[in-house]
Amino acid sequence: MARKLPMYKAIAEAIAQEMERDENVFVMGEDIGAYGGIFGATNGLLEKFGPERVRDTPISESAFIGAALGAASKGMRPIVELMFVDFFGVAMDQIYNHIAKAHYMSGGQVRMPIVITTAIGGGYSDAAQHSQCLYGLFAHVPGLKIVIPSNSYDAKGLMISSIRDDNPVMYFFHKGLMGLGWMPSPDEAAVEVPEEPYTVPIGEAKVVREGDDVTIATVSRMVYEALWAAEELEKDGISAEVIDLRTLVPLDKETLVNSVRKTGRLLVVDEDYMSYGMSGEIIATVVERIGNELRALPRRIAYPDIPVPYSRVLERFVLPDKEKIVKTVKDMVG
Amino acid sequence: MGVEEIPKETLLEIYRTMHKIRTYEETLAKWYYEGKSPRFDISAGPIPGELHLSSGQESAAVGVCVHLKDEDAVMGTHRAHHFAIAKGVDLKKMTAEIFGKATGLSGGKGGHMHLFDAAKNFSCSGIVGASFPQAVGVGIAAKLKGEDYVAVAVGGDGAANQGTFHEALNLAALWKLPVIFLIEDNGWAISVPKDKSTAVAKNSERAKAYGIPGVSVDGADVIAVYEVAKEAVERARRGEGPSLIEVRTYRLRGHFEGDPQLYRPKEDFELAKEKDPLANFRKLLLEKGIATEEELARIEEENEREVREAIDFALNSLYPEPEEALKGVFAGGE
Ligand SMILES: Cc1ncc(C[n+]2csc(CCOP(=O)(O)OP(=O)(O)O)c2C)c(N)n1
Repeated sequence: MARKLPMYKAIAEAIAQEMERDENVFVMGEDIGAYGGIFGATNGLLEKFGPERVRDTPISESAFIGAALGAASKGMRPIVELMFVDFFGVAMDQIYNHIAKAHYMSGGQVRMPIVITTAIGGGYSDAAQHSQCLYGLFAHVPGLKIVIPSNSYDAKGLMISSIRDDNPVMYFFHKGLMGLGWMPSPDEAAVEVPEEPYTVPIGEAKVVREGDDVTIATVSRMVYEALWAAEELEKDGISAEVIDLRTLVPLDKETLVNSVRKTGRLLVVDEDYMSYGMSGEIIATVVERIGNELRALPRRIAYPDIPVPYSRVLERFVLPDKEKIVKTVKDMVG
Repeated sequence: MGVEEIPKETLLEIYRTMHKIRTYEETLAKWYYEGKSPRFDISAGPIPGELHLSSGQESAAVGVCVHLKDEDAVMGTHRAHHFAIAKGVDLKKMTAEIFGKATGLSGGKGGHMHLFDAAKNFSCSGIVGASFPQAVGVGIAAKLKGEDYVAVAVGGDGAANQGTFHEALNLAALWKLPVIFLIEDNGWAISVPKDKSTAVAKNSERAKAYGIPGVSVDGADVIAVYEVAKEAVERARRGEGPSLIEVRTYRLRGHFEGDPQLYRPKEDFELAKEKDPLANFRKLLLEKGIATEEELARIEEENEREVREAIDFALNSLYPEPEEALKGVFAGGE
């Protein structure tokens, strides 16, 4: 049976069902127990599974994320929460030099079935150390799978896939999609979610809206900005196709390239920093394959290469949004 | 040493600053909820984003900063208004910063968790445990320049479990640097109580491992903090190296504003009231005949006026020009 769930409940339900199915699954992180996770992703787990399997940790990210490696090497399947992705710095060595590389460096002897969950995104004036996306930075490192759901159905299915995956998966949820009472979220992000466990494969993009004139490729909260822009563009007779990439590693190049082949135009929208990131990667992926078939130069709207400012007027000015998408698409098509 | 040996002006100054901090924060809290009802929405109102207040912890800031000069550095945490005010940061500019205005300390780019005042050598950070190594660097500079300034690194009891704390203690001890490591122990790291996160009862004990003095002091008694800090600052100025001070305090409010605090037992709220350093100090000043009711009332009125003026200044200031967001990433250019 399906019922509408906010994203945070869908994620917590996925974790609970996997913990029931497999006793090797356990959760660690700051405030993930009694608090249920600052963004609700572990809501209700402590009551169900107790403090041995739902472990509140000290503020020692390097230690508890590194500990995930040790536990995984002994057959456990840890899920660790890094409260905000912005805090990765204190634990990065364990993530990118160890967790990401153990399988390769060990010649395949060691597996790292670890899920690192973390919150991304701005838009609510939390400033430069609490508003970043940074998935591009992790996607740059070989050995990490990168999952970024945009609605509760995908969130549950992708979480179950991530837990069952034998590789380290970084699972990014946008604070502004979780459906928390105190943090605005588009209504569209809370969709029908089946009660029973199911998977959404890692590495499959989704065409969330079909169109003929331009492909808008994006992830996470920007999916909604793109969809709202597409509605507006339709009034002007412009038909936009919107692709939710859902995972960056592996990247579903086929869906992406097929769409751009059909529309002849590509716009990438990204809430992460512009340079050396997702937007450049997606454009390169398409241009390398079908550059000669494009009807317009590919464009991108990304977060500019500046720290996220605190003041609302400053932050609004730089965040990608519907208006910027509409304007850019009109430029491209006109 | 007792309260009798401290000059009256110093005692009144301590009271003035503690009361100013309390008045300021309680006023700020009221403004924080403006525009956030009937539904609490973190992004709404004149003060968006997170807000961590220090009510109940004033003694830690005032008891230490009263010994400091402008040249001395204080490096605060996400909860830093009390240290900013005690270090002499301009209240108007600080308030304008928190309201995201162009007249703020950083023109609205930093916000509540990222207050910078270079003239007062004050800074703070949203990353837990960031201050400790940074203060070590200030200590190195003092040594290399042959100056007698000191650095105070502030962290919560939660922050003392971060690797940076231990690395910085070792380095400061090794190099005999003029650094004071100040652990503000309010018993909680968001929802995780200290006894569930920290293997030792007192963080001051950790000083032993690095061969430096470590003292634990009751934050309900600002004079006790004053005395311990005096010794540490003098020691540092004499070139005798770092100290570790733990101030045991209580949070009168939630971790952040809007925190439902469901994790917190009733007794802890009661203790917080009982251990209120401001109320205790007021009582002491009257009981010992150090100040009269009228003298204190005059100070309180002055504080209330100053706080009102700071809020008015912030409210009447303009927001920055949106384009300002793009400037200032690098020194020496746009
Ligand atoms: C590196 C890092 N990890 C986690 C957080 C999230 N966080 C912010 S405040 C906090 C609790 C801090 O507790 P403590 O150090 O005791 O200070 P208090 O809030 O009690 O003043 C946490 C976990 C962070 N900001 N930075």
